[in-house]
Formats: sequence, C-alpha cells, structure tokens
Amino acid sequence: MLILTCPYCGVRADETELSPGGEAHLKRFGPGSNDEAFEGYLFVRENPKGVHFERWRHSYGCGKWFHAARCTTTLEVFGTYEAQTSEPPKAIREAISAKRPGWSWRDLS
Amino acid sequence: MRRFSAFAIAREAFRYHSGWERHWRNPTPKKKYDVIIVGAGGHGLATAWHLGKHYGITNVAVIEKGWLGGGNTGRNTTIIRSNYLQDPSAAIYEKSRSLYETMSQDLNYNVMFSPRGVIMLAQTHHEVRGYLRTAHANALQGVKTEWIDARRVKELCPIMNIDGPRYPVLGGLWQARGGTARHDAVAWGYARACSDMGMDIIQQCEVTGVRTQAGKVVGVDTSKGAIGCDKLGMVVAGHASHLADMAGFRLPIESVALQALVSEPIKPCMDVVVMANTVHGYLSQSDKGEMVIGGGTDGFNNYTQRGSFHHVEETVRALVETFPMLSRLKMLRQWGGIVDVTGDRSPILSKTPVDGVFVNCGWGTGGFKAIPGSGFAMAELMAKGASPLTDEFSMFRFREGKFIDESVAAGVAH
Ligand SMILES: Cc1cc2nc3c(=O)[nH]c(=O)nc-3n(C[C@H](O)[C@H](O)[C@H](O)COP(=O)(O)OP(=O)(O)OC[C@H]3O[C@@H](n4cnc5c(N)ncnc54)[C@H](O)[C@@H]3O)c2cc1C
Ligand SMILES: [Zn+2]
Repeated sequence: MLILTCPYCGVRADETELSPGGEAHLKRFGPGSNDEAFEGYLFVRENPKGVHFERWRHSYGCGKWFHAARCTTTLEVFGTYEAQTSEPPKAIREAISAKRPGWSWRDLS
Repeated sequence: MRRFSAFAIAREAFRYHSGWERHWRNPTPKKKYDVIIVGAGGHGLATAWHLGKHYGITNVAVIEKGWLGGGNTGRNTTIIRSNYLQDPSAAIYEKSRSLYETMSQDLNYNVMFSPRGVIMLAQTHHEVRGYLRTAHANALQGVKTEWIDARRVKELCPIMNIDGPRYPVLGGLWQARGGTARHDAVAWGYARACSDMGMDIIQQCEVTGVRTQAGKVVGVDTSKGAIGCDKLGMVVAGHASHLADMAGFRLPIESVALQALVSEPIKPCMDVVVMANTVHGYLSQSDKGEMVIGGGTDGFNNYTQRGSFHHVEETVRALVETFPMLSRLKMLRQWGGIVDVTGDRSPILSKTPVDGVFVNCGWGTGGFKAIPGSGFAMAELMAKGASPLTDEFSMFRFREGKFIDESVAAGVAH
C-alpha cells in the first residue's frame, strides 16, 4: 500500500484516499507546435524504471493536487511537494541523490 | 524431437515414462543470428515460430532475461475473444482466435484451448448501447457475436445473480467461440517447436543494450556478451519503453501492474467465461476447479509485479454481488504482471526509427488472446517489411492522430 504525505494538510494518506494523476512537470504544446512535440505532450511518457515524478490528488482529503517523487522498481517514496512548481525542489532532489546516487530523469539529475 | 501422440503415451507407459525428451535445448549463444527476438513470452516465441514456418528463417535466437513464459504470458487469466470494435482490431484478434483452434495440432502440443464461450455483461444502459454497437460492428466484420438478454445470460451461467441491487444484469455480448487456453502450454508449445526448427532459446540472459551502425541495428549487448543480428524484434511487454530507450527512441507506453487471483478448487459450477466491465471484474473456472478472477490495473507506473491490495478488494466486492456463491470461497493465490498500456488501448506492431529494429508491444491487459495472430503478423512484418495486419498498428499513428480506439471495448483488463 502506497502512503504519501499530503504537502498541504500534512495527512499521511494511503492510496485509497488519493488519485494518481500521471507524470509530473509535463511541458504543454498546443497549436503551432510541431507534430513531434504535440505527440510527445499528449502520449509519450518517461515510464522510467526507477526514480519518477508524478502528480497525485488528495481526493478524499483536502482535494488538492500535489507532486510525489517515487521509485517505480521498489515503490519507495522519496518525498512529496506542492503543485505550484515546474520542477522538483532542491530538497527533494537531494533526498533522491542520497538514496539513488547517479539518478536521472529527463534532464534532471 | 519425438512427436506427442496417443501411441507415444502407450509406448512410454510400457517403459516407466523413461523416454520423454526435454522440450527444448539450452544452447550457448552463437556469435550472430539473422534475427534476434528479445522476450520469450508468447508473442516473442510465436513471432519466431511463424518466421520459421512461413519464411524459412530459422537462424533465430529468442533471448529471455528470466525463464520463458515467466512474464505476463504465465500470469494472465487466459481469456480469448475477438469481439473488439474497430476493424483493424477485429482483423488481428479474429485471426488470432481462429489460429487458437488449430494450435494444438500445429504445434503438436496440447494447449487445452477451450472455446467455452465468453459473456461480456451489460450492467448499465450505457453498456447496453455500447455492446449493441459492438455486436453490429462485429456482424459487419464477420466476427460471430450476439447480443443476448438477461434471461439467456442466466441460462448460460446459473450461478449469477441477475437482479443485484447495485448492478442488475441487463443483457450481454456473447461470443460462443471465445474461451480460454492453458497459458504455460502456449509458451512451452511454441518454444518446443522453435527449438525443433533449430532456433536458440537463450534464457537467463538479459539484453542490456542495442548496437547500431549508421542507423542500422547490428546486434545486442547481453549479460552473456554481445550477440550480432541483422534484424531485431523487441517483444518485451511492460519493458518496452526500456528496450526502446536502449535503441534511442521513445514509445507512447506506460507500464502498470495488473493483478489476478484464484480461489480454492471447487466442483464445476460455471462453464463459460464472464466479464463484468462496469464493476471491473471477470471470472472463469479452471480445469482444476479454481475460480480464476481478474480485476483492474493500478493507476500509477510500477515495475514490481506487485499491485495495490485495494484493487483486489474492489474486484472481489463487485463480483460477490453478481456471484453471491463466491463469498464463501477462500482465495489461494494472488499475483501481478506489468502490462504495457498505450493511449488508445491498442497494440503497437511496427517498424521503428532504427533500421532493422521492429517492436511488438502495447498489448497491455489483453494480449494473451492475440499471441498466435500477433506472431503471424509480426513475422510477416519482419520478413517482408510490411503486413496488412500490422499496417494500422504503427507506433507513428499517435503523431498522425490515427488512433484505433478500443478504450470502450477494452475498458476493463482481460
Ligand atoms: C493479471 C493479468 C491478467 C491478464 N489477463 C488476460 C486475459 O484474460 N486475456 C488476455 O488476452 N490477456 C490477458 N493479459 C495480458 C497478457 O498477459 C499479455 O498481453 C501477454 O501475455 C503479453 O505477452 P508478451 O509475450 O508480449 O509479454 P510477456 O509474456 O511479458 O513476455 C515478455 C518477456 O520479455 C522478457 N524481457 C523483458 N525485458 C527483457 C530484457 N531486457 N532482456 C531479455 N528479456 C526481457 C520478460 O522477462 C518476459 O518474459 C493479462 C495480464 C495480466 C498481468
Ligand atoms: Zn491534503
């Protein structure tokens, strides 16, 4: 059972209280972008084996969207952070580096 | 390889079964093959077999990181049907279903194909309309399916409660020629026949890199060293993104866990397969008497082959309403597989940006039924460079907006 701490209300919520919302920090492309960028935005995902960043919603709690950093091969949670950011904060990245030295995700590491 | 037959059983009975052979060889890899297939699941093995059978290509290696059939092929609930909505799906799934009918003879291996019939229950008015539409589409495609009313559903499956309080049964889509087969036997049968054609099935060997020269594939790196090839087929289900990464391209795939469970064995009580998409559950009885139950996928990326427990609970809770007798059963085992899901819930059988590399993936929650048809089509694609069955399943269809939308017909995992 996945347990994530909601960064807004501080509740340690198990996954029955949460809704998964897919990959985090997507770059949006609209009309006028090229086909590859638009396809990438709509369909192509990192799907990594290892460190991943995701969106979650505390649906049966405060109702707010937030972010989580998680490992897809062990289900270990590295931390959660607020939605109002376009990339993971330094503290989260450091927490990951402590546990997974040499990790990378898109152009982050 | 000695053939299996009634005579062989009698012969072996007289000599204490001492003459049965190993099903396949355990070779050390050669330096180079004409074709390498990565992944010895049903789809990889079927591709290899059809390459040998129809195109005489037998200098083939199938490379598997674990043991053959140990991926989703050995973890699924074995439902076989072809009542999809879109024409390209009907073509490949119906080809596949029809190949299951002769698979035991073709492979000289009993895969226990049991065309016992599949009912897809309609439990909301929305579903009634959806299945009527599918039934009409299937009639035009030449796939034999039929809309049946609730009374007929009850006749076919007496243990069902059709007037449940939450989800009464309003009717169903019935495919009499659908059914189940023995999953391991499908993998083993293909493996034995491939090995007999001289192909090498290399187990416990993980592919860790793809070697290219001037945009063309020349081989793979593995945990047993580098192996050369002219053509490469990636047939690794939930690990497809990872293999594509090695070759330097990306796929519109996400990998999630799908779970199943079986009960203790009981006396025969249902002789059809029932799928209930609204409540996300499906059920059949195995030859051993176990009730085989499957449910929904988790909503997050996962490579652990373990799913979330609450999905099991939801599936069982929903099925107990429709099959009250299940509430007395103990569950024996529960497990998960990592399935490869695409945006339109249809598979990818395709050339790739790398010359000589082909990919077969995206079967997601429902590719067991497709094993022989997919192998047939993928072999044609790899041998000739094109196949009428795979044309529309290109990995580039997402960019072009030519989806094969099966998210309605395949809303639930099966
Ligand atoms: C619980 C569950 C229930 C299901 N129920 C049904 C059903 O009722 N009906 C239906 O039609 N379908 C069902 N499916 C889906 C079906 O199981 C799959 O679509 C199908 O088995 C996929 O076969 P495959 O050969 O593509 O993949 P797999 O059988 O997973 O084979 C892929 C192989 O590739 C190997 N591999 C991966 N990476 C590497 C590497 N780097 N090097 C070497 N080898 C590698 C893996 O070890 C694996 O053996 C279900 C799936 C699950 C998990
Ligand atoms: Zn909250």
